[in-house]
Amino acid sequence: MGMTITEKILARASGHETVHPGDLIMARLDFCLGNDVTAPVAIDEFEKAGFDKVFDPERIALIPDHFTPNKDIRSATLVAQMRAFAKKYGLLHWYDVGRVGVEHALLPEMGMVGPGDVVLGADSHTCTYGALGAFATGVGSTDLAGAMATGEAWFRVPESHKFEFDGGLGRYVTGKDLILFVIGLIGVDGALYKAMEFTGSSIRGLSMDSRFTMCNMAIEAGAKSGIIPPDEITKKYVEGRFMREAIYYASDEDAAYEKTYRWKGEEVPLMVAKPHLPSNTQPADELSAVKIDQVIIGSCTNGRIEDLRQAAEVLRGRKVHRDVRCIILPATQAIWKQAMDEGLFDVFIDAEAAVSAPTCGPCLGGHMGVLAEGERAVSTTNRNFVGRMGHPGSEVYLAGPYVAAASAVAGHIATPDQIGGRRQP
Amino acid sequence: MTAAQNATEALLHGRAWTFGRDVDTDLIIPARYLNMKTAAELAQHVMEDADPTFAGRVKPGDIVVAKENFGSGSSREHAPLALKGAGVSVVIAKSFARIFYRNALNTGLPILVAPEAVDGISEADELTVDLATGKIEDLTTGKTFQAQPLPAFVRELVDAGGLLPYLKKREGAK
Repeated sequence: MGMTITEKILARASGHETVHPGDLIMARLDFCLGNDVTAPVAIDEFEKAGFDKVFDPERIALIPDHFTPNKDIRSATLVAQMRAFAKKYGLLHWYDVGRVGVEHALLPEMGMVGPGDVVLGADSHTCTYGALGAFATGVGSTDLAGAMATGEAWFRVPESHKFEFDGGLGRYVTGKDLILFVIGLIGVDGALYKAMEFTGSSIRGLSMDSRFTMCNMAIEAGAKSGIIPPDEITKKYVEGRFMREAIYYASDEDAAYEKTYRWKGEEVPLMVAKPHLPSNTQPADELSAVKIDQVIIGSCTNGRIEDLRQAAEVLRGRKVHRDVRCIILPATQAIWKQAMDEGLFDVFIDAEAAVSAPTCGPCLGGHMGVLAEGERAVSTTNRNFVGRMGHPGSEVYLAGPYVAAASAVAGHIATPDQIGGRRQP
Repeated sequence: MTAAQNATEALLHGRAWTFGRDVDTDLIIPARYLNMKTAAELAQHVMEDADPTFAGRVKPGDIVVAKENFGSGSSREHAPLALKGAGVSVVIAKSFARIFYRNALNTGLPILVAPEAVDGISEADELTVDLATGKIEDLTTGKTFQAQPLPAFVRELVDAGGLLPYLKKREGAK
């Protein structure tokens, strides 16, 4: 019996020839990370347990992205604790405001994580790096504390579920629509504890940015990880960027999958997830009765350059509806500069959208666009739970950048075609 | 004897607070309070967006009983910390989201998977829970239920007193 890509990576990291679903293993970690919500608790635990050194100061990233630039005294105090820890232990990957970006956009972009890695992150969306052909999973602060001290973590080898899409995609359909489509069908615990492996010619045709979006939301189906077997597109992205040596794994032909799903790419419409679960999906073009107050374009899900280009295609030469606030948050400084150089900010500012510094901010109701009671947002982020972006009586509709930008113009949920289509420069 | 071993031997006793499926970490502790990190601070806002009166009424020893996928969403360890800080002695659910499951064990919040108990227990029932055997008794109705035992590896981790003491012990043994 062959192995899946996930099993091969975990076998290597645990020093075994083979591993099987259900095995409990102790794995060497290639990289670990924490943010300004999770790292302070991890640092407290690390110090309380009496550890006095980290396993490798070059393989730990502390990323203050959630409430930065700091929104209040408490959040500033949390980042000050991280800063002191990073200095004390000489951490190579400490990034403050001006250098920092949203963690799951920043780490791949800078080449801190890459193909074949085992990555442990104290953030649920750590699964994003599966797009590179890595095993990456989210944990809590105590697991991060243990990882920083020992460079190891225990895992139960997950069963793999295969999600295969073949053929071309519909107009404006991106990775966001594919993953919302999947979650809508299998539910928010449809892949609980599993590895979601995305394959097929539609997936191979996706850009890296769309692949990151898909793997990012594996956790929204309850999964331990999401993964896309690396190909030429992965290699092109990784070369000259990844700080260590890439190991390109592929699943064996006779690897075992607990479940296999197959769809045609053309079956997937532009999708929206309605309140209050990412699985509560409906095609975007059926939702034009939903009036909105705010649009957020950004986050670890959809704050990359391709996402901003898509938003600009729709916003070019148009205005954001007078009853809507549209806030655009490029996820890293490099993406910010790229967007500026490409003239995307001219499009956004002329459309009367606001452009923010990189931050997770509004995605979790932190700052930079919190919702009042009764308000509705269309957001390119990943969660629409009760109170996620502000008042428990507010509502979040999840979508990709094309639908978010079209909705900003229309003042209600809309597709680009419903407002007259895209506009080239 | 570590604290965890004592905890697993204790007979827990409290009132049941029942919840539905997919109780996510934003319901357990909303992100607007994540600029705090101590159990005592977080406990004041526990379950606020699910039931704003919960934090004021929950008593030490009380037991949260929920349906499928408890603790879904974010990796915030603040969620089990807030429940512990409020005095919740154990969470019984039909299933747990995986990060919450890890975080609860790592931080010493007992959790049990017991689907039949969840269906059989009503709001405000008086319960006892024996963590060593997984036996759950509903004193209000007289019914008893059996929870799934923790996997052996996880018991080893809990017996060591949690993840960090376990790792520290391994480090010392090298």
